[in-house]
Amino acid sequence: MIALLRRDLALAVRAGGGFGLGVAFFLILCALVPFGVGPDTAALQPIAAGILWLGALLACLLSLDRIFALDHEDGSLDLLATSPLPLEGAVAVKAMAHWITTGLPLIVVAPLFGILLHLPPAAIPALLGSLLLGTPALSMLGAFGAAVTVGLRRGGLLLSLLVLPLYIPTLIFGTEMIRRGQEGGDMGPPLLFLAGITAGVLAVIPFAAAAALRVNLR
Amino acid sequence: MSIWEYANPVKFMRTSGAILPWVVAGAAVCTLTGLVWGFLTPDDFRQGSTVKIVFLHVPAAMMAINIWVMMLVASLIWLIRRHHVSALAAKAAAPIGAVMTLIGLITGAVWGQPMWGTWWEWDPRLTSFLILFLFYIGYIALWSAVEDPDSAADLTGVLCLVGSVFALLSRYAVFFWNQGLHQGASLSVQPGERMSAVYRYPLYLTMLGFGLLFLALLLIRTRTEIRRRRLAALQAREMRA
Amino acid sequence: MSLLAVHDLAVARGGLRTVEGVSFTIDAGQALILRGPNGIGKTTLLRTVAGLQPAVTGRIEMPEDAVAYAAHADGLKGALTVSENLGFWEKVFGGGDIDRALSAMDLTPLADRPAAALSAGQKRRLGLARLVVSRRPLWILDEPTVSLDAASVLRFADMVREHLAQGGAALIATHIDLGLDAQVLDLTPFRAKPAPATRPAGFNEAFA
Repeated sequence: MIALLRRDLALAVRAGGGFGLGVAFFLILCALVPFGVGPDTAALQPIAAGILWLGALLACLLSLDRIFALDHEDGSLDLLATSPLPLEGAVAVKAMAHWITTGLPLIVVAPLFGILLHLPPAAIPALLGSLLLGTPALSMLGAFGAAVTVGLRRGGLLLSLLVLPLYIPTLIFGTEMIRRGQEGGDMGPPLLFLAGITAGVLAVIPFAAAAALRVNLR
Repeated sequence: MSIWEYANPVKFMRTSGAILPWVVAGAAVCTLTGLVWGFLTPDDFRQGSTVKIVFLHVPAAMMAINIWVMMLVASLIWLIRRHHVSALAAKAAAPIGAVMTLIGLITGAVWGQPMWGTWWEWDPRLTSFLILFLFYIGYIALWSAVEDPDSAADLTGVLCLVGSVFALLSRYAVFFWNQGLHQGASLSVQPGERMSAVYRYPLYLTMLGFGLLFLALLLIRTRTEIRRRRLAALQAREMRA
Repeated sequence: MSLLAVHDLAVARGGLRTVEGVSFTIDAGQALILRGPNGIGKTTLLRTVAGLQPAVTGRIEMPEDAVAYAAHADGLKGALTVSENLGFWEKVFGGGDIDRALSAMDLTPLADRPAAALSAGQKRRLGLARLVVSRRPLWILDEPTVSLDAASVLRFADMVREHLAQGGAALIATHIDLGLDAQVLDLTPFRAKPAPATRPAGFNEAFA
């Protein structure tokens, strides 16, 4: 499994753009928002948390279809399915590689982009915490969507249509946590919900995704 | 004699063909009587005549949820017992459910405008119905995107399972996110009914009518799907021969 | 000891059976060549035996984790070098000899090239070298000699022969004579008849 993780990371680095593209997209999104809503702190501050989360969500969505599509095209997926590695484990590892290449860089730069959007410094820990807890679920749910749509010719659009509704609970609790952090409220409940959803997703979704992959390999 | 016999396409076609006219007639009688009866009820002292949209709104909303549950059950039957008719029934039910959800949303907007002074409010109930609508769309889109019917049935089955969990989760998340304007459930089994009998009986009738209407549409659509599959099967065999 | 026993197997593609009633056994040290016209279901049969898709009816008996499967796609990553590609599968399958695999398919001089720079035939050789690395006893090969030149075909036949000599077995679908001392199974007589099935293979049979 570690070999698979290392291979996926090596491919992301060497193929280029693996780490950078998501962050660049995130930056563009955060730079465009003030053009749309105006540069005032009064306009930006209330929506900063939402924009940051939506940006993370969309940046994550961009690279989802690559999780399995490349391996499906060149036949690696068939070989992985006949290898001693359980397919559920392969799904989990590939989702983790996706998180390391897109989720983790986003978390690192998020405080910087928070400043761009006038997010008060007091809310930065909540921002980091919510992204750290929430983004693994985004990658895993994305892996499920990618597994369902892997064999389809026009899977990209369908993938977004299937995956985005699944992101709703994570988005709600993630932004709620930042909002409470910003206003000095009790972050406990949304934090627990967010952690609970992520834990549940990480535990159960690999099985659903592996089942979908097996169907698509037939 | 077991219920699974009806999973045989031939048996299903014969039985459903026999009961279909009765279901259609029952649906027409119950829905029309219920709606006319509902329209003739006196105005509510607080909500005026706008209250009468309840006879469309509540049955449609109820069916929107029930149809998803039916799809979940049908998907489970397909995934566990591999009955092809069950998968086709789930496929046939999805567009009906999506339309019911849409009717619920639109009648809700029409009702909400005079009551709350706005067509749309990000109220938890409205929002969760909108989310349910998104799940219906995703499910229908996946069915139409996968070419191999067996893979399509399996993939949509898994999606329906995962989607059900997340639809439920979203509902609670949405309640956490925003407390709403929406009145509580219109019907309640608890004592101290909130709705007078004048409205209750025609409402029961329209609910029954919508249930039968769904059953009629479901049978018609499933029969069409079976015929379409049969046509595809014959063509595939001809290609092979 | 038999490495693979197939009893009364029926397989399906696109919801229709392709072949049915297929039975054979392969013992250690033996190879079986599958033949038959295009579209009869050789690939489907191989994928079914490899466990990539379920059988419609019949039984497939083999020891656990015995199969190494190689098909038209080699599963290579162009951004990785030849030895890195093999090294990955070596780790996944738990330890084979990369150097031996490289020399078996004459890839040693290319070991540090990125796989993207290889020709089609060289890629194929790399895909076949993976079989040695996997250390699995039962090789299931689907048209393994596509895009190989004559010298490489001989080399590949040697590799299979060595594998058999070490107690391995192989199930190969090919139209080329590899010069192996192997049984041949022609699938033509097993072509599925369009008859009402008690257990439909999929939608196309359930409603026909």
